Amino acid sequence: MKLTRWQRPELSIWPGFGRLTNLRDEIDRLFEEPLAELARTSRLLSGWTPALDLHEDKDHITVKVELPGMKREDIEVSLHDGALSISGERRNEQKFEDAQVYRAERFFGRFQRIIALPAPVAADKIKAQYKEGVLTITLPKAEEAKSKQIDVQVS
Amino acid sequence: MKATLENRTSNNQPAREEFVAPEVNIFETCDGYVLEAEMPGVGKDGLEISVEGSEITLVGRRAVETANGQAIFRERQQASYRRVFELDPAIDTGKISAKIQQGVLTLTLPKSERVKPRKITVD
Repeated sequence: MKLTRWQRPELSIWPGFGRLTNLRDEIDRLFEEPLAELARTSRLLSGWTPALDLHEDKDHITVKVELPGMKREDIEVSLHDGALSISGERRNEQKFEDAQVYRAERFFGRFQRIIALPAPVAADKIKAQYKEGVLTITLPKAEEAKSKQIDVQVS
Repeated sequence: MKATLENRTSNNQPAREEFVAPEVNIFETCDGYVLEAEMPGVGKDGLEISVEGSEITLVGRRAVETANGQAIFRERQQASYRRVFELDPAIDTGKISAKIQQGVLTLTLPKSERVKPRKITVD
């Protein structure tokens, strides 16, 4: 098991404002927290698990991963035995070394997601694009995986 | 954390817009505050930042995406981002600036000149 230091969402308080956020947080927690708490626990155990969508149509598989604030060179995408791996590292640029930290909710460090693709793909035609913090990977299906319409001959 | 707000559309039918709170980092330096908020999928056009009294509201709406086929996994939230912060009175609200880069909004909130520490030269 990989151990990652948990970044406590409320290390300290935005001055003069703590009461308001905390009250709101508390109210929201009553209704919504079971899920959010689960997400935090999984982060505690496994670091960062970026949210991922996978869509499949006739010719393509499209994977979208939320990776806000990354550098292009820190994102790695690879395909191995029908499994797509998306990994990388988000570095904490120490821009404000002497600064006082009021909130540290963003995760910095390594992440990896591996997903089994639902169909064979043409490995040499995979395209990846990173825009607005979302990585979109387009994987054209391999010819043999495409469904084909077969004409019925009437004789 | 989720919050809902009533939002009236043009035909006066109340429509509910769903929101999630973005994760933020907040730093204070001697010049002011820096706030970073994670809003993947939001571009410059989807941002709405407003200051009212001593509160700043950040709203980020995702660009509309066209789904390609059938969803096999769906983990990404569709809701917009929204979070409200109370401002330190030392912040000069006229000088707040914002930029968004690869889904991370960076707000720079400078303190007004009168509260910054300064040295007074003796003649």
